[in-house]
Amino acid sequence: MSGFQTNNKVVSWLDQRLPIFSMMQHSAIDYPTPRNLNYWWNFGSLAGFVLVIMILTGVVLVMNYASHTSMAFDSVERIMRDVNYGWLIRYLHMNGASMFFILVYIHIFRNLYYGSYKSPREVLWWIGIVIYLAMMATGFLGYVLPWGQMSFWGATVITNLFSAFPIVGEPIVTWLWGGFSVDNPTLSRFFSLHYLLPFVIFGLVVLHVWALHTVKSNNPLGVEIKTPADAIPFHPYYTIKDLFGIGVFLMFYLAFVFWAPNFFGEPDNYIPANPMVTPPHIVPEWYYLPFYAILRAFTTDIWIISAKLQGVVAMFGAILILFALPWLDTSKVRSARFRPLYRQFFWLFLIDCLILGYVGGKPAEGILITVGQIATAYYFFHFLVLMPVLGRIEKPKPLPASISAPVLKEKAHA
Amino acid sequence: MRKLVLSAIVAAGLTAVGGTAQASGGGEPLMKPGFSWEGVFGRYDKGELKRGFEVFHQVCSNCHGLRLVAYRNLAAVGLDQEEIKTVAAERELPDAPNDEGMVSPRPGRPSDKYIDPFPNEKAAASANGGAAPPDLSLMAKARVGGPNYVYSLMLGFVENPPADHPIPEGKYFNTYFPGNAISMPPQLMEDLVTYADGTKATPEQMAKDITAFLNWAAEPELDERKSMGLKVMIFLLVFTAMLYALKRQIWKNIH
Repeated sequence: MSGFQTNNKVVSWLDQRLPIFSMMQHSAIDYPTPRNLNYWWNFGSLAGFVLVIMILTGVVLVMNYASHTSMAFDSVERIMRDVNYGWLIRYLHMNGASMFFILVYIHIFRNLYYGSYKSPREVLWWIGIVIYLAMMATGFLGYVLPWGQMSFWGATVITNLFSAFPIVGEPIVTWLWGGFSVDNPTLSRFFSLHYLLPFVIFGLVVLHVWALHTVKSNNPLGVEIKTPADAIPFHPYYTIKDLFGIGVFLMFYLAFVFWAPNFFGEPDNYIPANPMVTPPHIVPEWYYLPFYAILRAFTTDIWIISAKLQGVVAMFGAILILFALPWLDTSKVRSARFRPLYRQFFWLFLIDCLILGYVGGKPAEGILITVGQIATAYYFFHFLVLMPVLGRIEKPKPLPASISAPVLKEKAHA
Repeated sequence: MRKLVLSAIVAAGLTAVGGTAQASGGGEPLMKPGFSWEGVFGRYDKGELKRGFEVFHQVCSNCHGLRLVAYRNLAAVGLDQEEIKTVAAERELPDAPNDEGMVSPRPGRPSDKYIDPFPNEKAAASANGGAAPPDLSLMAKARVGGPNYVYSLMLGFVENPPADHPIPEGKYFNTYFPGNAISMPPQLMEDLVTYADGTKATPEQMAKDITAFLNWAAEPELDERKSMGLKVMIFLLVFTAMLYALKRQIWKNIH
């Protein structure tokens, strides 16, 4: 934690005019990090790593992609067949999207478990939610580009959601499409936006890291850094730990790329888009399925509010409610380790989300409709009732005096 | 390590959700004969691909297109340059306009994509009882079950459909086709083709060979992909183990 020093005159000259070396020293080397972070804290940097992979592979794909309804499907197949290592680049990009969401979901649930969203990290949490929303938009736009059956029909279903809003709904949908159906203008603008949004995400990630470095990382104990003994410099301790994490992650990711590249995809998307033939079962990409289940959980019109509008509002509400979480959660204690009740409800909530995901991927029929409705009700019950009430009725376990206290105690015993 | 295992379980749980979304479809559970290219070390069987091409060329290609595969690609299934030229020249397509602006047909070349059997979809539909035979370039990955579906469909015809399941005129009963009523008549009769390598052409043999060929048509990069995967994975195992050792070394005074 020495600050930046150099004997190199050129580096020193530049640093006095643009303190780029000082900044790197400050935020990537000296940055004080809690000494007790577990492997769940690897997922933020992993997500950043995948974002870089997505942008790089995406830029190369664009060199060979044609964003026209008459050429898009075949240009993707040309990438798969005739472009040197095109299949590798495309499979990296396709599976990278799923990996990005897996990592971010783990990152979000780690947040929920350790209460990382609480004061003073509310803005850090908000930026994270905005990143997640931007990822959802990017993923949706990208899935449309190969112009397969699921691209076309997924785009049709999702953009049609906006028609649920009274009066303004239909004009909004026409405006989004650039016409009266999903067609070439839709594809071109989706392509343009799909190229734009990752750079917006990149900017948001810079803000996210900036906010993080201002309030510092939370940790499994949920108590702040109090003494120098609580923290260690980011480099070399967390650089090497993150690198090891990247190695493990790459093996998981590339196992799909090389041996099951279409595992996360829908077979229907290898059929060219055909507006005259509707696939029997339209499903969005797996990472939207819980929200798709919430959307479909509403089946009865109430007065003039259609079931569709209720579903759309609930679906957006399910994500927007996360913004209020720092205040819905009334507990003073961050980490679930010291919250015996919340810890159990955390796992229930995780199971609830998995159930929603399962229901979202199945046709809405029979018992699954009821299951989806109960799971949707529980999703909102968790945030609106459990989180405020638990903080009041729960008796947390005693917190350690500091991050280093339990470590030192262990040493004393040994 | 326990935590890594946990994270793997969570990831697997999330992926399982994705997987279940594909488990819909029609009819009976598919037959799974086991294919040479399955698994970590799986590779295409060259003999199988060649026989599969013979079935495709002599039978399927009379009605079905293969528009994403170029004739030159057939080198990968074991055809030599002369054979490729011969196959390509069997069909014609409109040439570029000559100096007088006249367009005349020319025979296909190895650089051409497989020329469709019908000039357009309307013609294909009208010649086939109203249903255009689908292009087969991506069939092996455009259906739930992939190659298992193709294999099962080829062998799934039933001569006498169940009495409670009437099949419309001009359609055929297939156990594995969604809705069971398929427009394609049964194809794989005993000794339908004569294989160049002398293999006996039983329906099962032909179904397996044509499935192999169509899987190659859909995933021509598979052999290269899996062999690159092995090298990458061995590298990553060693590299990650070294990173782990380094991590332990750097952290040893912290714990």
